[in-house]
This record gives sequence, structure tokens and C-alpha cells, in this order.
Amino acid sequence: MNEQPNAGAAPVIDAQKVNFYYGNSQALHHISLSFPRRQVTALIGPSGCGKSTFLRCLNRMNDLVDGARVEGKILLGDIDINSSAMDVIELRRRVGMVFQKSNPFPKSIYENVIYGLRIAGVRDKATLDEAVEHSLKGAALWDEVKDRLQESALGMSGGQQQRLCIARAIAVNPEVILMDEPCSALDPKSTARVEELIGELRQDYTIIIVTHNMQQAARVSDHTAFLYEGLLVEYGLTKKIFMKPKNKKTEDYITGRFG
Amino acid sequence: MKKYWREGEPMVWATGAALTLTLMIAATLIIVVMVNGLGVFWPKNLTLVTLKSGSRVLGEVVQREATASGEGERLQFKIGNRDLYGLDFRWVDEADFEKTELPEAAMVLERQEYGNFYGMLQSVSAPGFEASSSQALEQLMEQVAIKKQGLEEFTEKINDLNRRTSKLEHQKQILFHDDPQKNQDAIAALDRQVEALRGEFEHLVNRQTEAAVELHHYTATFSDVNGTQKTMQATEIVRYYQPNTMNVFEKGLLYLARVVELFIDDPRESNTEGGLFPAIFGTVMLIFLMSLFSFPLGVIAAVYLREYAKDGTAVRLVRIAVNNLAGIPSIVYGIFGLGFFVYGIGSGIDQIFFPERLPTPTFGTGGILWASLTLALLTVPVVIVATEEALGAIPTGIREGSLALGSTKFQALVRILLPMASPGIMTGLILAMARAAGEVAPLMITGVVKLAPALPLDGTFPFLHLDRKFMHLGFHIYDIAFQSPNVEAAKPMVYVTTLLLVLIVLLMSSVAIHLRNKMKKRYTYGTF
Repeated sequence: MNEQPNAGAAPVIDAQKVNFYYGNSQALHHISLSFPRRQVTALIGPSGCGKSTFLRCLNRMNDLVDGARVEGKILLGDIDINSSAMDVIELRRRVGMVFQKSNPFPKSIYENVIYGLRIAGVRDKATLDEAVEHSLKGAALWDEVKDRLQESALGMSGGQQQRLCIARAIAVNPEVILMDEPCSALDPKSTARVEELIGELRQDYTIIIVTHNMQQAARVSDHTAFLYEGLLVEYGLTKKIFMKPKNKKTEDYITGRFG
Repeated sequence: MKKYWREGEPMVWATGAALTLTLMIAATLIIVVMVNGLGVFWPKNLTLVTLKSGSRVLGEVVQREATASGEGERLQFKIGNRDLYGLDFRWVDEADFEKTELPEAAMVLERQEYGNFYGMLQSVSAPGFEASSSQALEQLMEQVAIKKQGLEEFTEKINDLNRRTSKLEHQKQILFHDDPQKNQDAIAALDRQVEALRGEFEHLVNRQTEAAVELHHYTATFSDVNGTQKTMQATEIVRYYQPNTMNVFEKGLLYLARVVELFIDDPRESNTEGGLFPAIFGTVMLIFLMSLFSFPLGVIAAVYLREYAKDGTAVRLVRIAVNNLAGIPSIVYGIFGLGFFVYGIGSGIDQIFFPERLPTPTFGTGGILWASLTLALLTVPVVIVATEEALGAIPTGIREGSLALGSTKFQALVRILLPMASPGIMTGLILAMARAAGEVAPLMITGVVKLAPALPLDGTFPFLHLDRKFMHLGFHIYDIAFQSPNVEAAKPMVYVTTLLLVLIVLLMSSVAIHLRNKMKKRYTYGTF
């Protein structure tokens, strides 16, 4: 946490003046944010502020929405992800995502974890086995499920399912993991486990997490960006944002005066 | 009182009543069919009634009802012996009864022609053999059965020759169509071959006739209840029994034998007797072929509509159109099938692939292929609607989850979405199958026949004959109930056929439902 955003090593993702439109209504205004490597960045803000929309711009999930349009540059490494130089499949493999509601596939735990590898054409059994063990260990799930890998993932608890989704995301070895309110549907105990996990994952991955929970943002993130009505209000080290916010809006939001 | 209305008590009652009414109507239908259908094959006792006028009546009591005057009852007898009396049934007033008995000697004969015979055995005659006991009849029938097998071998040989001849004739047609001048020699050679086969054919037919004529000497003479004698060839007799001497167990065996006959035998007496095998086969094969066409077509169309087409006015219009297709009368589909498939595509195929056979059509006439395609057209909307709904019911999170892992839309569809939608798709297929099984009108003009000479699937190359006409249980019901020359005698068969059709639909649906439940289990909860 001793690193200033935008300083030091080149950022993994660098968003420059991103505008986003749903049809005719603009949801994001000139957002410029860069995400440092192997750090956790939290996006906070009241409902409808555009933090999820922004997150979904980063792996082009918004492509699925009819009438969605992006302006500005989002650089992954030095390639604009919206340009023809970037294949969307390749992008999504490099930028993984964990959703608000856990969404395991109706397959076995094993098949869930290796789904990303399977669709990428990996067939070698040893590689797959290793990936399963590595990913499940990475998601702190291995000890709980190692004896029932062939059972349906739908038989797991909610917290386990969410960690399985994390395992599934890291199995394809992405550079960045996007998390869209990953704990909002979990009980406090499972939330604690996932937060703990995020702390471990930051050693290997760049994590961008959207959360409604101030305490969570404070606990897990190195940097925090506060968005309000589609605008980036403040961005900086989590410590600073929470202790000494520069902007009045940020202070009001963090202290719970609105939102 | 206000509370009573607010809680919707009357509405709850109304819903219950509506359900009860529906179930009762369906149950009544099923019970009527079952009661009448299941009893058909049970051997009934033969009642001998001596009337006050002195004449006697022998037959099975079919039903009894009050007389028109309201005094006493009258009974309907099935008296059979159509060749002697002209009628199978007779009403007798109970008031005219002098005496009723169940004579042990009374015998039922099921015959190839003229329906049942009810009477007594008089004598049995075979070359160098004359007797009058029922054991002798048994021996006679055994001998005849053996000889009949020999006869069938001839028939098979003759059929084989026929096939070879028609193959040669077909080759000749091809050569002739090509260029009669140039192929003169080849045609002449073929002619010689056909001639040789024809010689063989005549030889075989002669021997078969000899054998058949020899069989003519195996006869049995029976008398009806009033003493009229009737001599019958043993080959005419399908089955004989004396119901009044049989116990429940023996009757049960006979019942089973007749049920088996129903499933494996060909019909006789213009479909009113005998088995239903060709019709059962035709029905199942038709439904199977229909599913083969409509299932992939419907699923693929629905996938495009739901997953790839851009939602807009056009898609909405298509969706409305698809839903409304289900409301088009099935006869309209039949007419379309006749015009488009039979006369359009069928004639085209004939002109391109079978020009030498013209003007005799091959595919340009009704057949099981065209009938099943017509039915597929009729049921495809059901599959489309079901598939669309099943795909739409999958949460977006699953879709996004797959795409976020770097899958293409197609991979997500094949690996996740279609398996998850499969129970819903199966439901659509079940509905489609049930609908197809019940359709008769479109079949009548696209290839169903009263009596098909050959099955659409058999042992001769190329095994699957999609151009052939076929028999169908639904059409069978219509045919024997309304087109048969002897409607009263055909009535039991109508019930049996109906029961069988219902059973087949039930069986096919249960298989599909079982499959669906397995899929449901797999894609919603539980283990692999």
C-alpha cells in the first residue's frame, strides 16, 4: 500500500476518458482509471453510479447489451481492448470475472473448474487434473471438495459455489480478476472466507472489486475509486480515501450520509 | 360475507370444479374404451335358446335392453355364420324364450372369411381319413398346419422370383428410357433372363397350386343350430374352441393368445378381425420419423430466434406467426403436404431419379416419408415454442459466466445452454409426439392406406422404403368404424384399436418423460 496509483510499474489496465452509453443515455462520463499490477482496487459508490457498468467495460461484457456503446480507450497492456487488435475471447481469458450471484454450471465440480480450459481446447488429462487442484487450492476449496470432484456443483453451499466460481476464473490463469459484488449474496462467515481469499489472490492477480460494503472495501483493497452519477469523483489509496477524503461527496458517502 | 368473497372461496371452488369436470370427461372416455376394448378377446359362452316358435338361436349374448313396449327385456345375440344367415347379429325378446342352455358341444370357429361360425362338429375328412370326434379335428388341424408351412415356403420362393423379375424389368426400363436402339442387345438379353425366370415362376406356381389343391381335401363339416350343414376347408379355420367346456384358466390362455395375435398378425376380413401389426408398426414408425424431422428443425429454429436474431418487430412477428401455426386445421397441412411434398418434391425426385418408371410414380405419390414430413411441419411450432421458453428460462448469469471464461456464444450454447434447456425441449417433443399420434386427417391424403401390401421397413434392400404407403391406427379406427361393410361386427375392433393407440401414445410419452426426468435431475440438482 505504499504505492501511488498511476505511479511506478506500468498499470495492467489503463482506462482513458471512457464514456459509455445505453442507447441515448450516458452512463459513464470521462472515466480515467488505471489499475496497478497485483493490487486490489475497489470501486465504490451509490447504486446506479456506474461502477458495475465500468467493471463490465473492462472485459466487454457490455457487448451483450443491445444499444451499448463505449468511447475512449481501455488499454490492456498496450492494446485497446475495443480495437480490432484485441480478440474478445482472448480478452475475457486474460480478464476473468466473478459475478454477484454465484453461477456454477450444472456440471460436476471438476468440469466447472476446467470449463475455461476445455473451451480453449485443452485435452490433456494431467494438465486438467493439475489445473483443478491448483485452482481449487487457490480458491481455498480443495480440502472441502477434493473427495467429491465428480459430484454436481449445484449441491454445494452458496459460499462454496462462489469460491468455485473464483476457482473457475483463476483456472485459465488470467491477469486480472473482476469481481462484481462477490459477497452480496453470502452470509457473514462465507463473506469472511472470500475476503480472506482476495487477500491471498492479490499476490498473483490484479483484482478489481465492486462493492457496496464500505468496511469490505476498507478491509480488502489497496486502492479505492469513488464513482458518483457516472463520474469518477475520487481515486487514491484506500487508507487516504477512508481517513482523509479530499472530496465532500466522498466523505458523505463513506460516512453513510447518503447512498 | 365480504370476507368470504375477499378470500376468493367461490373462485377456489370453481377451479376445483373445473378440474374435476375435465378429469371426469377424460376418465369416462378412457373407461369406456378400456371396458369395451379389454373384454373383446375374452371367450364368451355360447348360449342356445329354444324359442316358443320352435326355432333355435345359438350365439354370444352381446347386450340386453328393455323392449320398446317397456315390458321385459330383449337380448342381442351374435349369431355369426354370415355365409348362412347374411347377418351376424339378432335381437330376441326374452318373452319368447322357451328354454336356455349352454351346450358343451357348441363350438366357435374363427375363420379367414365370413367371420365366426357357431355350431357343432359333424365330421372331419382328409384323404384316407374320416372321423367325427373333436380329437380328429385337432389331428386334422395339426396336419394342415404342417402342410401350410410347406405352402408358405413356395410363397416365399415365388416372392423372391417376383422381386428378381421386377428388378430385371426395372433395368430394362432404364435401358429403354436411355435409348431403345442402342441398348437393343442388352434389352434382348434381359428379356431372355426374364423369360427364364418366368418359366421357373410358372413351375413354382403350378406346384404351389397342386399343394393347395391337395389341402382342399382336408375339410371339416359343421352344422348350425338348426341343422344346416356347412363343409369348410381346414385352411379357412384360424382357431376353434368350445367355450362352454373351458375353465377360467383355459379362457385366460386363449385371451392371451388373441392379444399376441393382435400384436403380431396381419388383419383379415377387411380389417375387422385379425391382428394390427402393420398399423402398429406404421404408427410408431411415423411418429419416430416425424420426431426425427421436427425435433432438430424446431430446436435449431428456436435457437436462432432466441439466441441470434436481434430482438425487434421482425422477430416478434415471427414468434406470433409460429404460435399461430398451431391453430391451422390439420387438413390444411395435409393439403399442403400433398401439393408441396407429394406433387412438388416427389414428382421432382421421380423425374430426376426414376424417369424410367414414369408415368408410374415412385415418390410422386403418398408415402410414409411425405406423411411424416407433413406431420413434422404440423408439430414444429410446438417444439419451437417449448425450446424458446426453455432457453429463455436459463438465468443470464449462466450465459455471462460462460462468456466471461472466454467461450464463444456457440460454445456456451452447446456446452451449457442446450443441455440445461433439454428437459424443456423434451416436454415440447412429448407434446409434439402426442399431437402427431392423434392426427389422421393429413395422413389420409399423404400416404395412409386401408391395407398396405408391405411394411415401410423390411428385409429387402434398401430395407427402409420411405416411398411406401403405410397403415396407421388412427386411420384404422376411422376405416373400420365408418367404412367397413359390417359396422356392427367391427365395433369391438374399434375399441381395441383405440385402446392400442392410447397405449402407444402413453408408452412413447412415458419413455420421453422418463428421459426428461433424468435430464432434469442432472441439470438442476443431485449428482451425476
